[in-house]
Amino acid sequence: MQELIVILVDGLVFSSYLFMVAVGLTVIFGVMKILNVTHGSFYAFGAYMSATLIGAYYSTDWPEFGGFLAIFAAALVVGVFFGIVLERGLLRFLYHRDEHIIVLATFAMFLVLEDVLLIIWGTDPYFAFEPMTLLGSVDIVEMTFDVYSLTLICLAVVVGLGLWLGLTKTKWGKLLLAVIFDREVSQAMGINVTVVFTVTFVIGAIMGALGGAYIAPTISVNPGIGVEVIVLAFAVVVIGGMGSIPGAMIGALLVGISRAAAVHKFPEIELFVIYAIMAVVLSIRPEGLFAPAQARKI
Amino acid sequence: MGILKRPGKAALLAGGLAAAVGLTAGAANAADEVVMAVPTFLTGAGAPAFGVPARNGAEVIIEAINKGKLPAPYDKSGKGLAGRQIKAVIYDESGGGVKQVAEFRNKVQKQGVDLFVGYISSGTCAAITPVAEELKMLTIFPICGTPRIFEEINKNPKYVFRTMGHATADGVAEALYVKANMPDVKGYTGINQNYAWGQDSWRDFDLAMKQLMPNVPASDKAQWPKIFSGQYGAEISALMLSKEPLVHSSLWGGDLEAFIFQGAARGLFRKKKLLFSVADTSVYRLGKKAPAGAILGARGPYGIFAAGVDTPLNNWFRKVYQDRYSVPPVGGSYQAAQGVLAAKYAYDAAAKANGGKFPSTDQVIAALEGATYQGLAAKVHMNRSNGHQAATKHMIGVLEWDKEAGGPIMTKVTEFGPDCVMPPPGVNGTEWLKGGMKGAKC
Repeated sequence: MQELIVILVDGLVFSSYLFMVAVGLTVIFGVMKILNVTHGSFYAFGAYMSATLIGAYYSTDWPEFGGFLAIFAAALVVGVFFGIVLERGLLRFLYHRDEHIIVLATFAMFLVLEDVLLIIWGTDPYFAFEPMTLLGSVDIVEMTFDVYSLTLICLAVVVGLGLWLGLTKTKWGKLLLAVIFDREVSQAMGINVTVVFTVTFVIGAIMGALGGAYIAPTISVNPGIGVEVIVLAFAVVVIGGMGSIPGAMIGALLVGISRAAAVHKFPEIELFVIYAIMAVVLSIRPEGLFAPAQARKI
Repeated sequence: MGILKRPGKAALLAGGLAAAVGLTAGAANAADEVVMAVPTFLTGAGAPAFGVPARNGAEVIIEAINKGKLPAPYDKSGKGLAGRQIKAVIYDESGGGVKQVAEFRNKVQKQGVDLFVGYISSGTCAAITPVAEELKMLTIFPICGTPRIFEEINKNPKYVFRTMGHATADGVAEALYVKANMPDVKGYTGINQNYAWGQDSWRDFDLAMKQLMPNVPASDKAQWPKIFSGQYGAEISALMLSKEPLVHSSLWGGDLEAFIFQGAARGLFRKKKLLFSVADTSVYRLGKKAPAGAILGARGPYGIFAAGVDTPLNNWFRKVYQDRYSVPPVGGSYQAAQGVLAAKYAYDAAAKANGGKFPSTDQVIAALEGATYQGLAAKVHMNRSNGHQAATKHMIGVLEWDKEAGGPIMTKVTEFGPDCVMPPPGVNGTEWLKGGMKGAKC
């Protein structure tokens, strides 16, 4: 019983991590139909910015819990800056091009931003463990867990719910859904698609950066961290269905809990499990579990 | 238009002239220089732990060699390699084997490289080995650890050398240390990255333990996280639930540091004894966050283990390195510098045997084959694999925090001779371990 509960908790924490790194990717694809490889850069810049701001914050005498604000500030700064610069400066010139060209362009930007990251922060790793240390640990079924990782579950729930409510219950969300359903008709009906695209891309960028910013206190922020995230995020998004927020959540839960079970019961197949799930899902539903229905144009 | 054209032509002419002058200068330089390519990780996850420290270590030594400022025993050997200045071409090893093989060919065939001293990844070394032999290019691997280089890929090397012990030595030294210091240990498990290095490290440690402590059971649930995964929550839970008190790990760099942060927050290091193969790469960076009481290795007598080696060469290296980079040298710094020193030794010895004239590549190879030369921290014996594979002493100890000095130190250090931890010449490491490590001189 203890092992089962531990697997569940481990699985939920990892699922939350997966959801946080994947949700921005799926939001951007859902609205803009762009497979955004630069998402890995948002994550990496978010992590570096977070580590930098946390380091700066804890070098002051300000209240300890204020350091958490640095995490969200980092995500906002990185997301807004890169979201606007990339969408306005690059992607808007490519919307009329083939989607493969756009993927290649975002991949090129990812490579460029990897080098920019090295120019700004160098190759030395950055540590920002203070928020994790501050929250301490808690025992669940005689197993010690760090509270910070558990808060990731709450963050994922808040972000997931927030995005879902925002999309389904607000005017802005309904405009987005209209654009998702049919870009041309939405434009004809007077929706400013340009603004919708920019705002969506910025939101996706903030989500990607928030994933990195929130994970930063638990890792060594190193060059190359963005690369690993893209692969995982793609796996989750493909399983859940490209462009579906509930899909990303279910995909993350499927992968996270299966992986945790594998780590505890069959550790040698830990890596295999993630891609086995993807293969099985795609063989049954090639569009993913929750892919939004495609409108058929006549 | 005409006005616009003229500057264009002038610029072209100037560019052409500049290029011609540059080429001439290059050709002139080539006669009195030795072009040494130094591939190392300058980007990606391998850069902070190994790549950049390796580059820094190589730079310090190359600069001193060119100025003739190396301390004893190299203080009377003159400037450069056999009198010629080293022109170092330091470049990024990232991108994988295919890219690096293409880069290797490019450097040899188009850029006139005379020798290579570098490569950190075992995968890259494995890919480069046959190409170096094909192109007849002197290549010194200072760091990569897989035993397969001379045991499987090239059993009869001519142009390829490796100037440090391979992964088998690490596993044997670690098992010997556990046997001597934890004789009552009830079992062991592991967490190693699921790729060549992690698998080789666990295999050799496990095989050595089975020979040295046959009654101590190994876990059948050793952990295999993906390299660079960075998230170890489930693995840490599994390790804490396991009944084995000893955990072997060859994690390195960012993975190691993330594992330490996450493990410390959950009390893993209070509950289990950790044995880290290559954690020396992180101890200075982590400071007090490094888990005191953990058993540590550095793949030989390097990094933090060399802190107490009181020789003019080592003292000079540590001081120059610390002054320049504001951190002490770690394992990769020592190992890369040791590779460059092999070139220094071999070129100078070959020139001496050649009556003072600059030696041919074959003469340099002959000088290095089977040689014993002085590394920064220990003597390097090139006495395995027909004189192409080095054996050095090995060191394992326990990490502690020195309150007075305000830094990490190694305690309870045990030294193992090269013939104790490396398989004898001509013997395959895995077979040697399975056969009971016959011929080991401990």
